[in-house]
Amino acid sequence: MQAENLYYDNKTAESILSPKMRVERFYYDNTSVKNFAFATITWGVVGMLAGLYAALQLVFPSLNITQYGSFGRLRPLHTNAVIFAFVGNGIFMGVYYSLQRLCKARMYSDVLSKIHFWGWQLIIVAAAITLPLGYTAGKEYAELEWPIDIAITVMWVVFGWNMFGTILKRREKHLYVAIWFYIATFVTVAVLHITNSMELPVTFFKSYSLYAGVQDALVQWWYGHNAVAFFLTTPYLGMMYYFLPKAANRPVYSYKLSIVHFWALIFLYIWAGPHHLLYTALPNWAQSLGVVFSVMLIFPSWGGMINGLLTLRGAWDKVRDDVILKFMVVAVTAYGMATFEGPLLSLKSISAISHYTDWIVAHVHVGALGWNGMLTFGILYWLIPRIFNTPLYSKKMANWHFWLGTLGIIFYAVPMYWAGFTQSAMWKQFTEAGQLKYTFLETVTYMKPFYAMRSLGGTLYLSGTLLMVYNIYKTARAGKLVANEAAEAAPLEKIYKVHKGEHWHRWIERKPVQLMVFSLIVILIGGAIEMIPTFMIKSNVPTISSVKPYTPLELQGRDIYVREGCYTCHSQMIRPFRSETERYGEYSKAGEFVYDHPFQWGSKRTGPDLAREGAGNLKKTNGWHFRHFREPSSMSEGSVMPPYAFMIQDNLDTSTTRAKINAMRILGVPYEAGFENAANANLFKQAKGIADNLKTDSIRVSPNKEIIALIAYIQRMGTDISNEPKNK
Amino acid sequence: MSALFILIGVSIVVAGGFLTAFLWSVHNGQYDDDYTPSIRILFDDGVTPEAEKTATGQAKKNKQ
Repeated sequence: MQAENLYYDNKTAESILSPKMRVERFYYDNTSVKNFAFATITWGVVGMLAGLYAALQLVFPSLNITQYGSFGRLRPLHTNAVIFAFVGNGIFMGVYYSLQRLCKARMYSDVLSKIHFWGWQLIIVAAAITLPLGYTAGKEYAELEWPIDIAITVMWVVFGWNMFGTILKRREKHLYVAIWFYIATFVTVAVLHITNSMELPVTFFKSYSLYAGVQDALVQWWYGHNAVAFFLTTPYLGMMYYFLPKAANRPVYSYKLSIVHFWALIFLYIWAGPHHLLYTALPNWAQSLGVVFSVMLIFPSWGGMINGLLTLRGAWDKVRDDVILKFMVVAVTAYGMATFEGPLLSLKSISAISHYTDWIVAHVHVGALGWNGMLTFGILYWLIPRIFNTPLYSKKMANWHFWLGTLGIIFYAVPMYWAGFTQSAMWKQFTEAGQLKYTFLETVTYMKPFYAMRSLGGTLYLSGTLLMVYNIYKTARAGKLVANEAAEAAPLEKIYKVHKGEHWHRWIERKPVQLMVFSLIVILIGGAIEMIPTFMIKSNVPTISSVKPYTPLELQGRDIYVREGCYTCHSQMIRPFRSETERYGEYSKAGEFVYDHPFQWGSKRTGPDLAREGAGNLKKTNGWHFRHFREPSSMSEGSVMPPYAFMIQDNLDTSTTRAKINAMRILGVPYEAGFENAANANLFKQAKGIADNLKTDSIRVSPNKEIIALIAYIQRMGTDISNEPKNK
Repeated sequence: MSALFILIGVSIVVAGGFLTAFLWSVHNGQYDDDYTPSIRILFDDGVTPEAEKTATGQAKKNKQ
């Protein structure tokens, strides 16, 4: 260590005593904290209600009321509400409360705080309106369309500006570990969101992903996984490191470990994304890379979990009495379980069983309900009485909430794990004669009791949350918000100067802004290295000569498929297992998806895979599809699919065809020059063919209806590859 | 498969970058004290009663 260290500088010691360095008085902004807290509670209830309703739809398909409330549109509403509205506001609540106290400074700007709060709520409202209307980009957890994507970016910058401004004017030299977690969250989420939301607008509410097929899938799951990492995990870890020690009134077990936890976690997390695409058409090396990093992740994750739990060593009697600590202990335990399960699920042999099943649904809900939910509740119960300067209205009620919540998680997770294992076993079961034992429909109807039990778990969890709403309401009413909480601390004098022989990197560590830029660059490099080769190397996407661009009608039909959120239940990716190739046809190749903007591989098979729905043994008549869309259970008894009868009434919007063809051409789809002019004529011709064909099946429908386009797309799926010349 | 080698090579560089950044921050003081920060956060910076008196009425004005 150098002798001329900042901390032991003589001048520093003098300046502490100088009159300039008297303690300053300042005020913490609790209004923003309160706003974010109330928003967290409100959107939490909304998001959970949407989830419960969607869960019930899988038991009672008749709950799919109108196209605006069908499962395919409500499920994205649920996930977006819970992730970005409930947890999002939870993050801001936690950051605004803890950052001020850790920096011993008020938030940088009250105006920015206000803009940030209202802007974020506006985005949520926009999401709640556009998603049921069917405006979606069709990528999981990134469904919102491009104008909202831009708004999110702007609001995120406002958040970052406010956060870094606060860090810059802090009165405490040391950046507590929680702040590092917040910084990593800001930087990485910004990069993730921008990279994955690269899209070409067609109309104000419709855009196409810049990436296609396998590349889109890689970008999406790099985003998807890191959204879990840097939106649901790192900010909450920062909050754990602040609020758990505060609630227990004892320091974190090992501050050293928390530092190791942070650095190890941000280094490893960014690479784990490809584990969502095991056995898919993604190049194998990328899959292996994802697996290796996912397995390594268990070390920092468990380090953090153990650090959290051991903070309570010798204080478990407190946990027995203090409901806040109970919430936090369950949260940290759930974090431990989910991060133990995660690396296991990323192993290829386990992914072979778990992927596409309800096992994954169980896994994410242990994280969401356990880790995010319970930690949020614990923090709310701790923080609201403090900023309202009054004791909690009812500890007993909070205890009830705790048990309802905990039981809710168990009643949710156990049936879903069971469902997942059963589903997978049934899909893979062959008879002695070597044929698939179960039809897909049999596996669907078998799941219903599990889905019903899961709804019970959700109901318990939600009722606990409602108890909290009442409890917090009564607490807030009984007290009075301390809008500006007085505090005192000595200012931090800028004492650094360039030392002789100083290492060049000193400037980085001194200033959070430089540090942010530096981390941004490092993370960008990480992401780019993983993705650019896939973009660059042609051999990764073998071009299959028989794969042709979609016809205008199919393209319109595909956009309807995206609009209705079909990907929330149907995959389009057949993995190379006998159980899948027997059921769905030849396994999927990367080259089949080169014109798919966005990719629609899906991640869950509540319904069967559709990648080859128009080809081979799976091919059905247009009439079958027509009747099936009108009322799925009429063709498949016991089906839980929502009916799409409205498409028989609704006219296809052909005014967009030209723009869509042009957009696709910009994205590299080889439509001939001038094809956009002939596109609608081509569309009507194909539509008329399908309508005429339906007539032979005694179905009379006008060719300009949406259902015709959707049938055209469904019938196209998987046909390209069967047209491949077999001259080998 | 050259992509894989590039990937591994650059990953090691990035990993090295992170590791060095961590070591630097240790050697340069942020983590010289790896214990008291955890204690320090437990104290709230309430105002001293004396200061409270003199500051009465100025609360709103002084906020920054």
